[in-house]
Amino acid sequence: IAYLLTHPSSICAFLKMACQGLAKGETTNTLKAESESLKAKLEEERAKLHDVELHQVAEKIDALGQFVMKTRRTLKGHGNKVLCMDWCRDKRRIVSSSQDGKVIVWDAYTTNKEHAVTMPCTWVMACAYAPSGCAVACGGLDNKCSVYPLSLDKNENLAAKKKSVAMHTNYLSSCSFTNSDMQILTSSGDGTCALWDVESGQLLQSFHGHSADVLSLDLAPSETGNTFVSGGCDKKANVWDMRSGQNVQSFETHESDINNVKYYPSGDAFATGSDDATCRLYDLRADREVAIYSKDSIIFGASSVDFSLSGRLLFAGYNDYTINVWDVLKGTRVAILFGHENRVSTVRVSPDGTAFCSGSWDNTLRIWA
Amino acid sequence: MAQPSSCAQSSNGVADESPNMLVYRKMEDIIARMQDEKNGIPIRTVKSFLSKIPSVFSGSDIVQWMQKNLNIEDQVEALHLGTLMAAHGYFFPISDHVLTLKEDGTFYRFQTPYFWPSNCWEPENTDYAVYLCKRTMQNKARLELADYEAESLARLQRAFARKWEFIFMQAEAQAKVDKKRDKIERKILDSQERAFWDVHRPVPGCVNTTEADIKKSSRMKQPHKTRKIQHCQEQLDRHRLKMSKVAESLLSFAEQYLEYDPFFTTPEPSNPWISDDVTSWELEACKEAGQQRVKRWAFCFDEVMKDPVGREQFLKFLESEFSSENLRFWLAVQELKKRPIREVPTRVQEIWEEFLAPGAPSAINVDSRSYDKTTQNIKDPGRYAFQDAQEHIYKLMKSDSYSRFIRSSAYQELLQAKKKKSKNLF
Repeated sequence: IAYLLTHPSSICAFLKMACQGLAKGETTNTLKAESESLKAKLEEERAKLHDVELHQVAEKIDALGQFVMKTRRTLKGHGNKVLCMDWCRDKRRIVSSSQDGKVIVWDAYTTNKEHAVTMPCTWVMACAYAPSGCAVACGGLDNKCSVYPLSLDKNENLAAKKKSVAMHTNYLSSCSFTNSDMQILTSSGDGTCALWDVESGQLLQSFHGHSADVLSLDLAPSETGNTFVSGGCDKKANVWDMRSGQNVQSFETHESDINNVKYYPSGDAFATGSDDATCRLYDLRADREVAIYSKDSIIFGASSVDFSLSGRLLFAGYNDYTINVWDVLKGTRVAILFGHENRVSTVRVSPDGTAFCSGSWDNTLRIWA
Repeated sequence: MAQPSSCAQSSNGVADESPNMLVYRKMEDIIARMQDEKNGIPIRTVKSFLSKIPSVFSGSDIVQWMQKNLNIEDQVEALHLGTLMAAHGYFFPISDHVLTLKEDGTFYRFQTPYFWPSNCWEPENTDYAVYLCKRTMQNKARLELADYEAESLARLQRAFARKWEFIFMQAEAQAKVDKKRDKIERKILDSQERAFWDVHRPVPGCVNTTEADIKKSSRMKQPHKTRKIQHCQEQLDRHRLKMSKVAESLLSFAEQYLEYDPFFTTPEPSNPWISDDVTSWELEACKEAGQQRVKRWAFCFDEVMKDPVGREQFLKFLESEFSSENLRFWLAVQELKKRPIREVPTRVQEIWEEFLAPGAPSAINVDSRSYDKTTQNIKDPGRYAFQDAQEHIYKLMKSDSYSRFIRSSAYQELLQAKKKKSKNLF
C-alpha cells in the first residue's frame, strides 16, 4: 500500500478499483466521502510540487522602475456607463458598449466615432470586434449575441443588417470571436458558455460545469490552441476543450465572484480579477494558483484585467475608480492610475501592446500609454 | 421615516453575501477601527463662536490615521479611499452636501450604523419628499435647502400633488418629535440624516454609490450537479510541473519578450499614442519584416506560424525542400475550422482529395493511426475531421523543418539585414 500511495497514477488505479466496488449501489454518503478524499489527494499532489513561490524566484530579477503612464486619449460620447470594449486588430479602432443600449465604433487614435448602433435592450454588457474588422458582436440583457456587419457607408442603417447568433436563457456576460468571423464564443448568466456558427446561428458546442453565472471568458492565444478559460460567480475558473466541451482543469481559490479572466501571453497561465479585491495568477502546467495581487488598502473588487505584451505587467481596473498596475512576477504594485470618476468596468491592452484602453461607469473611455 | 428593506440574509450569514456586502463589511471594519477608543481617531467637541460643534474630527485626522493604520504610503491614495468611504456615507463633512474627503481642517462626523448602506436601504421618493418638507418647517439657517434640494422639492410637490397633504402631515409629525430632542443630539441627528440623503439622492454631478451592477442583482442559485468523482480522477492523472520549473519558465518568457513590450521598449521610431506619429504602424504593415520581427521567429514555432510574413518565408523555405504540402495542409485545415458550418462537408472533401486520398496531388505523410482515424472521420465530416492528422503534421514541421528553417541561409540573411529606416518607405 505504501508503494501504491506514493505514485499519482497508482493512487488513481487504486481508487479506480475502489470505485468499481461503489458502482454496486453504495450510498451517496460514501460517494461524498470518496469525492472529499479524492479532493484531498488532489491537493496533496498539487502541494508536493510546490517547492518555491513565484515571487521568491523573481527576487533575482531587477525591480521595475517608475512608469510614466498617462491618459493619451479620452473618448466621450456614451450617455451612460461604459460596460465593455474590444480592440480591432488594426490596433487603433475600438468598439464599446453601454448601459443605455448604445454600441459605438471609434477610431481611438483620432477619437472620431465611426459607427453607432442602438440595441433594443439596455445594459449591453458584452461586445467584440471581428478579426476581419468588418463586424462587431454585442449583447446583454436581451440574452442574445447579435452580429452587425460594419458598412463603409456611414449613412447605412447598421441595425437593419443585424444577425442574431446566440440565444441564452439569461444575460450575455461576454462574447468573443474565435480566430474567425464565422464563430463566436459566449458566456452567460445562465451558467453556461457556448460556441456558435455565425452564419446559421447553430450551436456548435456548449460548455456546462459552472454552478452559477459565468461572467467572463478568454481564448487561449496559441495558433494550435483549442482551449479557453472562463470565470464566474461560483468563484471558479475553468479551462475548457473547445472540441469536446469538456472541462479540463478547474481552479477555486477566490473568495468571491471572478469578474474577468485573461490568458498570460504564452498561454501557459491566466489571471483573474475578483470581487474579493484580489487578482490572481494560475499556471496550467503547475495546476495551481501561483500568485496573488492584493493590498490592504484595496478593498473594492477588481472588475477587469489584462497583460502587457511580455506578460510582465498586469493592468487591473477596480470598482474604486482606479487602475492598479502589478509586477506579475514579483507580485508588487508598480503604479496606481487615477482619472476615472466612477467604477472602471473594462481594461484591454491593444493588439500590439502600445496602449491599453479603460472603460468606466463615468461614461468615458481612456487610452493610456 | 424610511425603513430599511429586508436584506437577503442567508441562514449561515457570511457565506452567501453578495459582492456589495463584501465591500461594505470591509469598510465597516475600518470604521470600527477608526472609532476604537484607544487607537482610533480622536473625536471632540469644538467651540465655535457662541455654540458647540459636537462629535467631530478633521479631514487631516482621517488621512493621517489611514496612512498609519492601513499601510498606505501615498497620501493621494489615502485621500482617494477616504473619499470613497465618505461617498458611501460612512463619515461626512458637516458643512457640505458633496461627500469627499479633504486633507485640511474641514470637520467630519461618523454616520450612525442605522443609516449604513449594509442595511440595504432603498428609500422611496415619498420618503425624500417627507424629509425635504420637514426641513422647510425647521427654522434653522443650517437646515436651509440647497438649490438642488429646492428644485427636487418642487418636482416632488408636482408629482405627489394628490397625496401632498399626507406627506405634509408626516413631515409635521417628525418635526414635532425632533423639537423635543436635546439640542446637541438634534445637531448630530440632523447632520446624519442629511448625509444619508446625500448618499441616496446625491448632489447633481456626484456619483450615486448605491448604483449596482445588474449582473450581481439577479444571481442564479441552482448548483449544477457536477460529476465530481470522475473529474477528480482525471485531474489526479494530470502530469504537473514543479513550481520552480514553472517560475523559471514565466521569468524567461517575460525576459525574452521585454524588448517587444512597448511599455518597456519604445517601438521604432515612437509609440503612436504618445508621439501622435503612426510611422511604427505603417512599418509593421509593410511586407518586409525588420530584424526585430524576424528575430522573434526563432523563439518558438508558434511565432513563425502566427506572423503572416513568417508563414510566407517558411513556405518559401519548404518549397525549396519540396515539402510545402505539409504547411499547405496545416493552413487548409486551419482555414476549414474558420468556415461557416454549411461549407464544412465540401471543404473536408476537397482537403481529402488534395492531401490524403490515394493519388493525392499534394500527398502528405501521416502515421497510420492518424490516417485510419481520418478515413473514418470524413465519412461524417465535421470541423475536426483532420484534427489528428493536423497535430501529427504540426509536430513534424516543428521538430524537423522548423529547426532547419532557422538554421537556413535564407533565414540568416533576413536576420542580418539592416534595420529598416523609416525614410526608406517614401
